[in-house]
Amino acid sequence: MSAQPSTPTATPVRSFSGVAVGDALPSMTVHVDRARLVQYAGASLDRNRIHWDEPFAKAVGLPDVIAHGMFTMGSAVTLVTDWAGDAGRVVEYGVRFTRPVVVPYDTGADIEVSGVVKSADPETRRVTVELTATAAGEKVLGRALAVAVLD
Amino acid sequence: MPVNADFQGRVYPPTETYRVSAAKIREFAEAVGSADPVHVDADAARARGYADVIAPPTFAVLIAQQCDGQLIRDPEAGIDFSRVVHGEQRFVHHRPLTAGDAVVGTLHVDTVREAGGHAMVTTRTELATEAGESVCTATSTIVLRGAE
Repeated sequence: MSAQPSTPTATPVRSFSGVAVGDALPSMTVHVDRARLVQYAGASLDRNRIHWDEPFAKAVGLPDVIAHGMFTMGSAVTLVTDWAGDAGRVVEYGVRFTRPVVVPYDTGADIEVSGVVKSADPETRRVTVELTATAAGEKVLGRALAVAVLD
Repeated sequence: MPVNADFQGRVYPPTETYRVSAAKIREFAEAVGSADPVHVDADAARARGYADVIAPPTFAVLIAQQCDGQLIRDPEAGIDFSRVVHGEQRFVHHRPLTAGDAVVGTLHVDTVREAGGHAMVTTRTELATEAGESVCTATSTIVLRGAE
């Protein structure tokens, strides 16, 4: 973080030696609105109407437009990639989608993301982080585990 | 059951080649809010030891969901897409997907099972370069809601 922004190696990769089981990662809030869902739909090629078309979503029995589960999964893991210092260090990542993130037109939704180091293997320098993601007070991801290889 | 159980164990032929581009990586990284320069700055990526800009960890879903489409659109599978819910997703990266990769996906239908009136189908897409180097294993479980 001390290097100039123009320097390619600006962010160092986190060192395994400074990490302990139980460490909490800095938490974050991901704000998601309809514009963001349209952006994700285009980027991911997942154009299912339930993620942007409110009358359609309601017609198929949903309370409102819901976020792509993969949007939630993809944005939540930035907590780990930023902490690790290199997005390429996340070698495994899995989640269960436990509840949809409902995204109202006027307010959007906030996804609160936190993470805790669950295990750390000094031989391989692999660290497993358990992520917690909640929206409107409910867990939206279950068994969310990301494995990062540190320096 | 709202899916043909005979599909368990089926393996589809490798898909057409998907060419990973720097532009698509940038678009995807911006959409999920990943600010790591390795997604957009080739010099930063090379300084970290990569051949070019690399994709965020969930980018592979873009290719894997196209592979899954082979099963979902297969009339013999009997899947009603309007009843499909994404239940679980997992990625194992053998190395990061990198701009310039020419990737083919091979879809495996690992399990088809029933639980509480719903069907659950777990698929596994093995992504490899045209040269045969394994890049990523993407595993997905979809839930097919039964009639209420």
